[in-house]
Formats: sequence, C-alpha cells, structure tokens
Amino acid sequence: MPKRTDIKSICIIGAGPIIIGQACEFDYSGTQACKALKEEGYRVVLVNSNPATIMTDPTMADATYVEPITPAIVAKILEKERPDALLPTMGGQTALNTALALAEDGTLDRLGIELIGANREAISKAEDRHLFKQCMTELGLESAKSELAHNLEEARAALAVIGLPAIIRPAFTLGGTGGGIAYNKEQYEQFIKEGLDASPISQILVEESLLGWKEFEMEVVRDKNDNCIIVCSIENIDPMGVHTGDSITVAPALTLTDKEYQIMRNASIKVLRGIGVETGGSNVQFAIHPQTGRMIVIEMNPRVSRSSALASKATGFPIAKIAAKLAVGYTLDELGNDITGGKTPASFEPTIDYVVVKIPRFNFDKFRGTKRTLTTSMKSVGEAMAMGRSFEEAMQKALRSLEDGLNGFNDMKIGENETPDHDEIRAALSNPAPRRILYVAQAMRNGFTIDQIHEACKIDPWFLKRIKNIVDKEKTIKEKGLPVDAEGWMQIKKMGFSDSRLAKLVHVEEKSVTKARHKHNVRPVFKRIDTCAAEIPSDTPYMYSCYEGNGLQPAECESEPTGKDKVVILGGGPNRIGQGIEFDYCCVHACYALKEAGYETIMINCNPETVSTDYDTSDRLYFEPLTAEDVIEIIRTEEKNGKVHGVVVQLGGQTPLKLAHDLEAAGIKILGTDTDSIDLAEDRERFQKLIQKLKLRQPDNALCSSEEEAIEKAEVIGFPLVIRPSYVLGGQGMEIVQTMEEMKSYMARALQVSGKNPVLLDRYLKGAMEIDVDALSDGKTVYIAGIMEHIEEAGVHSGDSACVLPPHSLPFKTVKELEAQTIKLAKALKVKGLMNIQFALKHNKVTGEYDIYILEVNPRASRTVPFVAKATGVPVAKIAARIMAGEALSSFSELLVGMSMDHTAVKAPVFPFSRFPGTDVLLGPEMKSTGEVMGIDKDVAQAFAKSQLAAGTILPTEGTVFLSVKDSDKEKLIPIAFELMELGFKLVATGGTARLLKEKGLEVTRVNKVMEGSPHIVDSIINGDIDFMINTTTKGPQALADGISIRRMALTYKIPHYTLLTAARAGVQAIQSMKDRDMEVKSLQEFFRKDEDTEREAAE
Amino acid sequence: MTDISTPKPPKNASAVIVLADGSVFYGQGIGAETKAVGEICFNTSMTGYQEILTDPSYAGQIINFTFPHIGNVGTNDQDIETINPAARGCILREHITDEESWRATKHFNDWLKTYNLPGICGIDTRALTRRIRDIGAPNGIVCHQADGKFDLDALKKEAAAWPGLEGMDLAKDVSCTQTYKWDETTWDLKTGYGKLENANLHVVAMDFGAKRNILRCLAASGCKVTVVPGNATAEDIMNHKPDGVFLSNGPGDPAATGEYAVPTIKALLAKNMPIFGICLGHQMLALAIGGKTKKMHQGHRGANQPVKDLTTGKVEITSQNHGFCVMPETLPANAEVTHVSLFDGTNEGLRLKDKPAFSVQYHPEASPGPQDSHYLFGRFVDMIKESKAA
Repeated sequence: MPKRTDIKSICIIGAGPIIIGQACEFDYSGTQACKALKEEGYRVVLVNSNPATIMTDPTMADATYVEPITPAIVAKILEKERPDALLPTMGGQTALNTALALAEDGTLDRLGIELIGANREAISKAEDRHLFKQCMTELGLESAKSELAHNLEEARAALAVIGLPAIIRPAFTLGGTGGGIAYNKEQYEQFIKEGLDASPISQILVEESLLGWKEFEMEVVRDKNDNCIIVCSIENIDPMGVHTGDSITVAPALTLTDKEYQIMRNASIKVLRGIGVETGGSNVQFAIHPQTGRMIVIEMNPRVSRSSALASKATGFPIAKIAAKLAVGYTLDELGNDITGGKTPASFEPTIDYVVVKIPRFNFDKFRGTKRTLTTSMKSVGEAMAMGRSFEEAMQKALRSLEDGLNGFNDMKIGENETPDHDEIRAALSNPAPRRILYVAQAMRNGFTIDQIHEACKIDPWFLKRIKNIVDKEKTIKEKGLPVDAEGWMQIKKMGFSDSRLAKLVHVEEKSVTKARHKHNVRPVFKRIDTCAAEIPSDTPYMYSCYEGNGLQPAECESEPTGKDKVVILGGGPNRIGQGIEFDYCCVHACYALKEAGYETIMINCNPETVSTDYDTSDRLYFEPLTAEDVIEIIRTEEKNGKVHGVVVQLGGQTPLKLAHDLEAAGIKILGTDTDSIDLAEDRERFQKLIQKLKLRQPDNALCSSEEEAIEKAEVIGFPLVIRPSYVLGGQGMEIVQTMEEMKSYMARALQVSGKNPVLLDRYLKGAMEIDVDALSDGKTVYIAGIMEHIEEAGVHSGDSACVLPPHSLPFKTVKELEAQTIKLAKALKVKGLMNIQFALKHNKVTGEYDIYILEVNPRASRTVPFVAKATGVPVAKIAARIMAGEALSSFSELLVGMSMDHTAVKAPVFPFSRFPGTDVLLGPEMKSTGEVMGIDKDVAQAFAKSQLAAGTILPTEGTVFLSVKDSDKEKLIPIAFELMELGFKLVATGGTARLLKEKGLEVTRVNKVMEGSPHIVDSIINGDIDFMINTTTKGPQALADGISIRRMALTYKIPHYTLLTAARAGVQAIQSMKDRDMEVKSLQEFFRKDEDTEREAAE
Repeated sequence: MTDISTPKPPKNASAVIVLADGSVFYGQGIGAETKAVGEICFNTSMTGYQEILTDPSYAGQIINFTFPHIGNVGTNDQDIETINPAARGCILREHITDEESWRATKHFNDWLKTYNLPGICGIDTRALTRRIRDIGAPNGIVCHQADGKFDLDALKKEAAAWPGLEGMDLAKDVSCTQTYKWDETTWDLKTGYGKLENANLHVVAMDFGAKRNILRCLAASGCKVTVVPGNATAEDIMNHKPDGVFLSNGPGDPAATGEYAVPTIKALLAKNMPIFGICLGHQMLALAIGGKTKKMHQGHRGANQPVKDLTTGKVEITSQNHGFCVMPETLPANAEVTHVSLFDGTNEGLRLKDKPAFSVQYHPEASPGPQDSHYLFGRFVDMIKESKAA
C-alpha cells in the first residue's frame, strides 16, 4: 500500500532555537522530513522560530512560518493553513509538547487535523513517567523501582521506599532539565524543588539509582504493518548516571553476547508496540547490570532524537527521512535504501564493519561558578563523531575531532602536585566530569591497574583495556621513538594516533612526523559507509578514513575520486557556544550553490547533528576530523583524479579558518578572501595600522603579550576597558574591566586563550550602541547584506545581543556612513565572499551625531548570515560561495534586493543558564547563548515581542514589576517606569530606586534587598508576587553577590527579566504592542512574495 | 581491486591465507597452530561469533567476519549450537581482545585452540568481503604457524586441490550417528536453558547438522524431539510414531545430501506426515517435490537479512547462512513460494498446497540473530494439530 492520498497538506513543527538537549540534529531531521514529504507531492507547512536552520529556507516548505512555537501561535497557523495532518515527531520535545497541547485543548479536533507519526495516547504514554512504568510492567519488562511525587511531602515518603542515592526525574522536560542524582537528604530536597518547578505538570519521579550499570540505546523504526527494525545499537562508555547526551558512546554495542543483545532487541520492539508508536523512529534506553545482566528499561522517545541523528550518520540509514515517509502510509519494504542506490529496501537492519565513537563537547568554561560534574541533566553543547576500523582508531579520531586542544589521549594534570597521590587520582576517576576519559589514561600512566580504575569509574574493562593499549603504545613510542619502517608505522596509525600526537610524544614538529610517515608511504585509505558491511555494492560516496594492511603493499581504497572539477568545503566540527548551526547553514548553502554552479562538492565534517553531514547534501562526504593531517590526506586522494579547484574555509567558523595556513603551505588553494587578508583582520597590530591608513576610527587600544605590559598600557588607555584575545570565536576570554585589580584577575586567562598572539586592550565605549553589518564582496564591488542594530549596548557580545534589521532608530546619514565604511574595508581587505563588521556608535554631544568606531572586522561568514538571509530574503551564503569560486557579484544583481523591506526582523538569543546552577546570568563580552530565534512582523515592537515569546520569555500584560537598577541607570528608568504604570502594572522597587521613583511621582512599593533581611525580594518571587523584572547592576563583587540570588530565582521561576535597560525598554514597548493587538502570523513566502506574483493575482 | 597476489611477507606474520587462485594475505595467527582448507565465506553479524562457529552448516567453510572486533565477550558453555565447531577457521580484522562479559568462561583464543581451530587476524576483512562479493566465495587455506615460514606453493596447491562444496555431502560428517532424545528448551537470562515438562507432541528431527537452538525451539513449543541421523529411512522414522517430522539445517551441496534424504522425505510426504524444514531441510523438501537447487554467487550469511512473508506481507529480519538456494521456477504446481529475500529475491520459503509441509531457507531459531521468526515453530505445531484433527 503506497502513500496516503486522503491527506494533501502536512504541518511540521520544528524544534525552535538551539538549546542544550535540542541542537541542530532537529534541523537535520526536519530538513529530511520536509524534503521527503515534498518529494511525495504533499504541501508542507513548517513552523520554526529558528532562522539559522536549513529547514526554514523558503524552498524547503510551501509555507514557512518563522514564528514562536507556542500552542497559541501554532494554532493560529493551523487555523490559517488548514493542513490535513500534523507531524510532531521531527522537532524534538518542543514539537511533541506543542502538538500534545493542541491535541488536548481540542484545536486539532476542531480543525480536523490528524496527528501522524505519533498519536496523543502514545506521546502521553511515553512521556508521562507513571503511564510509562505501568506500560513496561504490563509488557513484562522491568523498570527501575520508582515513586511519583507531586509535592515535597510525597517526595519524602518516596525516599523511604527508594533509598539513597536516588534519581530525580521531572516529567515532560527535555534533556532531563531539573533532574539529578541525590546522595544525601539535603541534595534530595534541592533536586525535588527544582524538579517540581521544571516539570510543566509539577510531577517528578524518584527512582532507584542504577549508577554504574551499563547503558545502552536502541534505535528502532516501525511501520504501520508492524514491521520493526533496529537501525543501530549504541553503548554508553560512561555508565549510568551520566546523561546519554553527555556520555561518550560507541556503536554498535560491543560488550553484549548475542543472547543478551536479542533480549534487548526484542524488548525495544515490544516497547514500541506497547507505547503505540505506529510509525516512525524511536529510541529506547536500557540499563544492564554488569554482573547479572538484569535489564531495565530507562525511557523511550516516541520521535526522532539526537541519538537517531547519530544512528543515521553512524550507519548511513536516514531515519528521519524514512520516518516521514512511514508517517504518510508507506511501509519499510516499499521504500528503498538510498545508500545502495535503492537496490535493496529500507526493511533491513544496517550492519556495520567499523566502530563509531561519539564524544560530547562541553563549554563549562563559560559558566563560572557551576560544578563541572555530569549528571542526568544534559550539559554538553555539541558533539563529534568518528569512525575507525578498531575502537582505538575511532576513539583517538573522536578525541581530535572535538577540536578542544586534544590530539589524542593528551596528558592531564591531576591535582596540584607534580605526581598526584592515589586519592587524587581516584577522585578524578570517580567524578563524572567532561574529561574523565583522559584521566583514565592518566591514571594508567600513574600505574593504576584496570581493576582499580574500573572500581572508581565503572567504565567497562573492555574499553579500559583498549585505552591501556594506546597508553602502552605511547610509552613505547616515547622510549623508542618513531617507527623505522612501514610496518611499524602502519601498526601505530591503525591505532588512530595522529601525527600531531606522535609529534608531542617524541618532541618534534608535526610536519617532521608527517614527512617521516610519507617517506614510508604510509597513507590512509577510505572505506564506505554502506549500511551492509560491503555485502551489497554501494555507489554512495559516504566515507571515513582508516589505515589498512601492513604497509608493504597498497591497501584497498574505496574513495574512487571522479575526474570532475571539485570544491572541498570544510565544516565547523562540533557545535559549541559561538560556533554552531549558523556556520553549518552556510556550509550547506555552499554545497547547494557550488553544485548548481557545476562543481562536484566535497564536504568534510565530523558533527553528526548537522545537515552538512547528510550524505545527500554534498556530492561526496568524508566524515573526518577537521585537522590539517586528516584534511590534507583527503585532498591528496581527491587530487588523484580530476581537479581540486580549491577549499572553502571561511564558512565553517573558526575551525576551518585555523587550517588555512597549513593547507596553503601544502600547496592547496584556498577559495575566497586571501588568508593574508584574514590575518590582517585577525592580527590586532596589523589591523590597527589598516584602520589608521583608511582614516577610520577604533576605540583607543593597545596590544600586550604579558601581564606587566598590560598594566603599563592600561594606565595609558584608562578604565573601563575591554580585554580581547586574538583568534577566538564567541568572545572567549573577553572581559570588560573597571579597575586595574579586576584586569589583573582576568589577564591570565586572556593570555592563555590568545596563545602566541597578543591580547588587545581597548577602551570600553560606555553607553555606545552596537551595529553588526554583513556584506558580500567580490573584491571589486560590495553589497551590504544587512545592517543590524543591537538592542543591548556595546559590551554585550553580539551573539548574546538582540538585534533589529533594518536598523530602526539610526539617522539616514549614519546608515550611509556605515555603508561607506563597510565598502572601504571590504575593498581594502580584498574580500571575496562574506564579511562582518561590528561597529560601535557613540553619541557625540558636540556634533549631535554619532561617532562611528570599528570594533571588529571578520572577513568570513558570521553568525548573523542566516538571520540576514531570512530577514531580507536574499540567499547571502549561496552567493558568497559562488563568488568564492570565482563569479562576480554583478552576476547576482537580480537577487540583491537590499534592505528595502516593509517589515522588521528581530533576532533574540537564548541562554542555557538554567542548566548551570550557581552561575550568574549577566551578559558580557563573552558569548553565552546557545541559539537564537527570529521575530518578524511589520512593526518593530511586535517583532521584538515575537522574538521574546519564541525565546521562551512570556511577557506579561498585567501584574507587578520589580525594579532595581544601578545608579547610572536611574535617570533612564524613569520614563520606562511611567510607561509601565500607564500600562497598568504595579511597581515594586528596592530602596534607592523606590525613593527616586516616588520623588518623580510614581506609585511604588518598597521591598527589601536580600541582605536587608526577610521579607525580601526573593521571598516575593517565590510567593509568585512578581511578574516582570528589570534588574541592572554594577560589577562590584557585593552588588553581584546580592543580585545573583534574585536573578537565579527569576530564572528558576521563569519570570521575564532584563539585566540591561536598553533591553528592558524594548521589552516594555513589546508589552505595549501586545496589548494593542493580537499577534499575527505570516509565512516567509508571503513576506517575500515577488511583485509579479501579486500583479498576476490581481489580474486574475 | 588492488593486486594482492604476491605480497612481501611482513616481519610479524604468523599466519597466512592462500586462495586457490594464488592470492596471499599475511596476518597474525590466532587459535591453534595448524592449517585449514575450505570455502571462504563472509558473515556480517555483529554478535554471536560463538554460535556461528558452532553452527554445523559451516562445515567445510572458513568464516571471514566483517565486524572488526570479534571475541569481546569471550566464550561460554551455553552459547553453542553443537559441541564441536563445524567451521574450519576464521578470519578477523582485529586482534582478539580479553573477554569482558559476566557470562564468559574462556578467552576466545583459548577456545579456538581447544577445538584445534586456526585463524588469522590483521586482515582487511572488508576488502576480502568485497572480493567475495565480486568474484564469489573462493576456496582457500588458512595457515597459522608461529615461525612465519610458509611454503606458499604447497599451500596454494592444497587450496586448489580442495574439491569445493559443490557436489559435496558434508551433512553426513556432522549428522549424529545414533538416535537421541532432546528436551532442552530455549535460553532465559535468569534460568539458562529450560527443560520440557509436559510434551504434547512428538517430532522426529532428521539431523543433517542441526543447530541445537532449533531443537530447543521445538521443545519450547511443546514437542518431545527424537533426533535421528540424516540417513534414516522413512521406516526408521515412522517406527518412532512421530506427530511430525523436522528436516534440519546442514552444510554442503543439497543435491549430494538429497541422494539419500529425498527418498525418505518422499515417503513421508506420501504418508501425509506434517513436515517442517529449515535451511538444508528446506532444500531437501524442494528436491523431494521435484525442485532444483543451485550454488549462489556469494551466499547469505548474516543477521540482518530481510525476508518477506508473502502470505502475510510482513517483513522479518532473519538470521541466514546458506550458499545454495532453491530455484523457485523448478517447483511443481502444488508448491507455493511463501518467502522471498528482499535483498536479492532469492527463494526463502515454500509450502505445499496439498500436503501438511512447509519450509524456510533462513533460520527462524536465530542464535545468533533476530528472533522475529520464532513464530514458525508455532505454525508447525498448529499444522501438526490440524493434521491430527483431520
């Protein structure tokens, strides 16, 4: 039975902004779903507030709504579009929860919309802890001992049954927000409170601890005829206790006998049937007792997930695409397996002949004050995946794919002393922290036995022994030096050692290692990821590298490079704060654009969550670490046939850009802007000279390479000043400092981040407005793609600042001047491709105009490229790629419509603060947001309101506002306070602020600061008396300490709060606008409908 | 394909594979220090190497495992399909690691030695698989010799002289020689293998190299099982007064085994005896009704093979191990094709329209592999009951 013909139009809900636990894997799945359903001829209506996604490109769906994903807004879209069906399984927890709400409030029934992929009952059964457990019991499967609680009292009773340590899991949250493992009563009550708050239905599950048990996942696909297949089994190296998203995982499962594996396989299929997932992909998680094999079902996700993206990339089986087709009525045997060119059906189980390792990437460095311990609440911001022909090879490739300063099992310092004592090592092993796997290797170097290590960390000895193998080999290399013959080389390369790690071990430069290796002609070969372990021929060039044979004769290589003219595009590697989906968006567009231009596109990347690592995004895909060694070996292979036209490095963020020099040194052509120009912009010293030459203006600044130098220069520039390390992304290590004392405390980190490059100190322009400009250039002409006015003042990282496009408050003259300066810089830097400039505008009281300062110039794709493209309707990234490949900007003039639009788009960031207890939520020059949303509307206030709603800030239209601002903000607060009063809000303020407002004639109630004693503001927050907060603070330690409890409390209680006055003002205007009119929904296609369409319609 | 016919021996070579065409692959020896000649086939399962090596259907074969890490969970006394492994040797990509499983009782390498099985590791098993895929399963020899001194010419001659599986009746080597009773049921995590308590049916299994898990599945379905040698006559079988007869899996060329098994099956069919066949048993049934079998290019060996049940339209993921297949076009009109492989359309099952008999080419007993098709044992029992009622 083929696809359903009774439905014509389907709505897909996306996952919204990138947050921890919901990253670009849902762009990958959503994009696949859109493509699959369009291919089948359905009309696709898409809702996703995240502009940085490929799925929201207007060509992916028939109607694309970049609107907030809330039940109310989605209901409006459904009302307007009247689709026949809603597919809720592609957009993570966000989509599932929204769909469930729409089903429960009757919207879907009222509009006659059918849920496909997962029905209401199945979603409830899978998501509601109680129903889930009940279902498992009925199926004869074991689940952990557990008790439900809806309040503290019930939770205390539960503890008596379960005992400590106990796991607390809130219902209906993603990535286990608010959950945790409690070892003592105090912790227990803390987690209970947080969990009850985090759960939208105030329900938590207290569970017996399975700490140290082995953890597995099964990716299952089921069709309407009850055909079930396991796409992939995944084993977590980190045992139970660490969220699977934070665990190092391996595929397939490696430590189960077939008998045990089949028990798990049968159970996973049973779970799908029991929960009632009729069609699509699901993920079932298991814990297995290491000494008895007792199996417990942990949970299941009745939708595609991060793990299904991983399983898809690990095996080549496109789960989301298949799931979308199953949802419209196909069965597995009716669908072809793309990888084998459709020669075999999708109804089979992929089998692999390599080992896959996934490793999470963390950003704890950005959230000071929080403990670096991993729990059942996910903390990682991204991940890398690697394949190898042995676990050792895959593991070492994964470590260097992380792009986190590792090139293998780097030596780690444990404790303070030169040689750590036994207890210190044990402590490092038993604390599940981000780099524990490296401590494992270090413990081996320190003489710990496998048993001792296993005892401390519970990692299965099988994995420990493989690591021991690597550590032992390192010891031999350290003692005996590099191999002297091909056989010896082959042996160590087969274990996954990178040239750079070997260089470190024998204290030579990497290039001499590479040279020695090449002398023996020891080179990697490429094998195909073909879903079937070579049983069936595959024409799909989806590949990974490995070393094969004994080095004496050439090994079989399946790369089969074509004779075509090709371009290599380097991706961005694992997501991290500052380098995320926006860059993958650009890389994907480069693939599309260069394919259109007739090139064969070759993608190299190691991030399994992305669209760029989909086998049908580029012509050829190498799933490989982004290191010079790995990339150059691929290019050498590709050069054996056809012509490598060049490599695109400026679209994937800092990761590929860093490789530019090594690639050039290897004689490989870099496309687009010269590396020298990139250096010119990055090198603070050269850049300063350029600015002077062009007669442009920079804040007073100076370079320094040591703390002493910094002190000396700081005295000249004066405070406050900004510390900016070189060659960083996302403002890593950047700080605004007010005093010499403060500067000294931050300088060490800045110098370390900056490496051999100097650190820039520049004068902080207090109260300045910040502007981002994105431009395209072919070196001769320049196109201003977007000018974005930041809501927050200069000093807040541009990635953390909301911004408005087109600028809504700038005088025409200033806009023209910004354009002129952009053009000047683009030409001076001979930009071929994209460029981003950050300007600061400081109001000059004498001239009455804005003085323009240049803060930063980046001759590469910026984070705002997708936003600009979505807001203006111009395919900026695509054009950039074509320019890089040699075309002139003028050949795209038809597309370059500029910013002459009658709508406004607002980009707003989302932050992961709630995941990092104890960290302050104040914004600064170091980026902390994980993702962004776009609000688009005809007026700016409404667009801002939409952006806030999309980012999860539900602005109130009535109630009580708490005001507490620093002295320098007090004057500016007055008009805002008046506005709030006129809007009908009650005002509450702390001492100084209250006094001032009263003086000005406002009605205000005074409330105690925390240090003034109860009843104080935090009590009011807890009591639910506050609906909205404006809280700005100076950076003094006392003020910070006082404010942090208020801000954390606001976060916990989800109270909209602004920590900067500029943002607060925009927030109040948004409230005004929300009171004035209802939010309207409009698709991108309607926003960018071409004039001729309108005319044609008028004629009809 | 890279030329690999005459490589230089590496320093650490302690084992070698020599194919009949003279191709040589060096590696490191595992298992027993001996040599073995046979057909080299590949298996794509990622689990269950111990079950695979003890599956009697692998008699005369050397198994090239496509998954690189083999031996991770060691070996134990339960995960076996016969007492003595039937496969002649194995080829691996990676060295055998220490066993890490609460169920393990012995290192895989020691286990190989116990059964005098040689093996080789350090081989690009994927390249070898592609070669088998492209040119068919070759005959070859695996030689494990610690000193690394190999007489390649002699090995080549030995490989070339091996007659191959075609025309070879290997079932007689692995079949039991004496009749025995079977009452062990399938495995459970908590209790291990069970014992059949209340048998309500009696099945005679013709042993051409039966996997124990088939017998266990029959027992678990309530059948007391009497296992008879593959060359038992219909009269021998009828003397046991069975309610049904089971035709087991087994190695070698079905045509060769058919010479003595076919008359027996024909006679049983004539008596309307309910019959269920698996693998070689499926081929035997096909031959008995006048069908033909042929050697396949590369065979099906793995645990991920999709089979469609044409009677229900459902897809089963099956465990398979066959190098010969039934030619459906040769089947008589009273036979109905019930199952096909979704990988290449190979016949995977048949049923007689006028007799209580059916058979499948794949392994519903799994072990190793998915247990989607366990239901077929139930279908057999139902058929017996219906037949009795009629």
